[in-house]
Amino acid sequence: MEQLIQEYLPILLAGVSVGGQYALIALGYTMVYGILRLINFAHGDIFTVAGFAMFYAVSSMNIWVAIIFTIVFTVVLGLVVEQVAYKPLRSAPRMSVMISAIGVSYLLQNLMWYFTGGQPQQYPVLPWISDKVTVFGVETNRVTVVTPVLTLVLVVALVTLIKKTKLGMAMRAASRDFETAKLMGIKINRVITMTFLIGSFLAAVGSMLFFSNYSTITPTVGAMPGLKAFVAAVFGGIGSIPGAVIGAFLIGICENIIRGMGYSTFSDAFTFALLIVVLCVKPTGLFGEKLEEKV
Amino acid sequence: MLTALKRKNAITMMVVAIIILGLSVLAEYVSANVDGMSMLLPILTKTSAYALIAVSMNLLNGFTGLFSLGQAGFMLIGAYTYAIFTIPVAKRAGVYQYYDGGVIQFSIPEFFSEFFGEAGSVIGMSLTLVIAGLFAAVFAFLIGLPVLRLKSDYLAIATLGFAEIMRTFIQFEGSAPLTNGSNTLRQFETFDSLYAYVLVAMVCIGSIILLINSTYGRAFKAIRDDEIAAEAMGINLAKHKMMSFVISSFFAGIGGGLLAMYMSTVQAKGFTSAMTYEILLIVVIGGIGSISGSIIASFLFIGSSEWWLRFLDESSNNIGDMNIFRNGFRMVVFSVIIMIIVLFFRRGIMGDKELWELKFRRKKSKEVAK
Repeated sequence: MEQLIQEYLPILLAGVSVGGQYALIALGYTMVYGILRLINFAHGDIFTVAGFAMFYAVSSMNIWVAIIFTIVFTVVLGLVVEQVAYKPLRSAPRMSVMISAIGVSYLLQNLMWYFTGGQPQQYPVLPWISDKVTVFGVETNRVTVVTPVLTLVLVVALVTLIKKTKLGMAMRAASRDFETAKLMGIKINRVITMTFLIGSFLAAVGSMLFFSNYSTITPTVGAMPGLKAFVAAVFGGIGSIPGAVIGAFLIGICENIIRGMGYSTFSDAFTFALLIVVLCVKPTGLFGEKLEEKV
Repeated sequence: MLTALKRKNAITMMVVAIIILGLSVLAEYVSANVDGMSMLLPILTKTSAYALIAVSMNLLNGFTGLFSLGQAGFMLIGAYTYAIFTIPVAKRAGVYQYYDGGVIQFSIPEFFSEFFGEAGSVIGMSLTLVIAGLFAAVFAFLIGLPVLRLKSDYLAIATLGFAEIMRTFIQFEGSAPLTNGSNTLRQFETFDSLYAYVLVAMVCIGSIILLINSTYGRAFKAIRDDEIAAEAMGINLAKHKMMSFVISSFFAGIGGGLLAMYMSTVQAKGFTSAMTYEILLIVVIGGIGSISGSIIASFLFIGSSEWWLRFLDESSNNIGDMNIFRNGFRMVVFSVIIMIIVLFFRRGIMGDKELWELKFRRKKSKEVAK
């Protein structure tokens, strides 16, 4: 028993932790998709920008100020992207908005490359969460334990926001029927702004947790976790918040089990294979609402 | 009347083809002999590969309305197939240095050059390009069986995932005797002149144009405009979607082979989803549903990303202490231009019109005026 724990607990812990990080990114994808029906391809890059923002902030200010600065900066960036790149295309076909998102992603990556000179940077060590702790005789970073807890707290807060507040009601209305929500007097732009604000905030928190584990930041490092978080969102049924969280944890855990078995080259491929299988069996994901086609 | 029109079109196409070939020979000469134009040759070579891939993506996204993001995967298959089959036998031990020279111990161009000499090598290379396309098409068929039932965003992410899976399998140690794992494939045979690239790209794009103007092409467009209506009109959705997907991948595979030749080394690491995005951007800039648009956009895209904006990277352009011009600034400006196009010129350069249609329309309006 002791040996089993020694062997498998680190894998499980790492899986849950990675899953939590994916979940935080996936929520941004799924909320935006729920309201705008837009795959926000730039979300993974916003996550990376948050990493770089932290890196630069730490070198010139107190760590706690830097954390707040990073969050504010990321949120502002998310809102600017929405205002500049998505808002003018509100009435355009969905494809155009998606292309615009890809364009933003391209722009952000090139901007990061420009400002960093393409050099990989070392993510600063955050106090407390980077400390070593021992769980059931297994030594690990505190961030591994903190991530799932923090993720769950944030998700519960988010669900409460969506179920109990007026803003949440507006969000639900907008994601159910955009046009009718507008007619009912919901200020749709404010709802969208709030969605991007929450999404970017979660991405900023996710990036702090993620980079505390994988400390090297490069301009393209966010592409893979971004893509996987998106897969998690699709997996759980895009637009559904519990779906995204469960999908993210499942993917994180599976990925680490495969790594633990010594097939780390296949961990990415497995994620996508799993996605294709799920989509073939259940085309709208695990908890996705069924889309009806109107003639 | 119709046949006369067709004959006229065929003649026009032939003339255009000969003019383009002539221009590519000229471009090669200019590139070698005129100062400051040395970038022209690599740009045009890359353009011919990208134009073909962009048109193949346009066939799928613009004409059939299937939003697929798997193009990089099919290019990857094409590039690897081409490279694997054309490395000369004598050089295999060096390329596959960790895998005892690999499992494949023949080279298609060499096989043909034994019979036909120098020309045989070119025949072999062209044949390998076709094989590269066929491999991509086979994979497209297999992946299309489950995936094509999906709609819009779900299809996009499933094909994107497929491309990533392909990348992993090629880099996998187990397939390394065939693919050289995560190491580069190099020293394979390449076309040595621009017009060969242009000719291949032209033949392929020409066949896509013919396909689009056929009954199949009309069925594709019907599916794009309204799936349900198309089905009601008796179009077999599954069959036509599969056909478009397989054909598009076939040409993407050939395009991947051309790209491999241009790059002269192939590594799976480079064929990321970012590559698919680039091609999608080309298609959008050219106009979704316009073949000539895709070709023009490929040229502009590659020209400005690799050549015309180069001066932005030169730090000697800086005035005073402002360190704006440095490595990477070119790509920032370039992506800003792309964003401007995406936001303000949403229909791209050509919209869904073709270059030749524009000419046609003007003639018609003149006739009306008479």
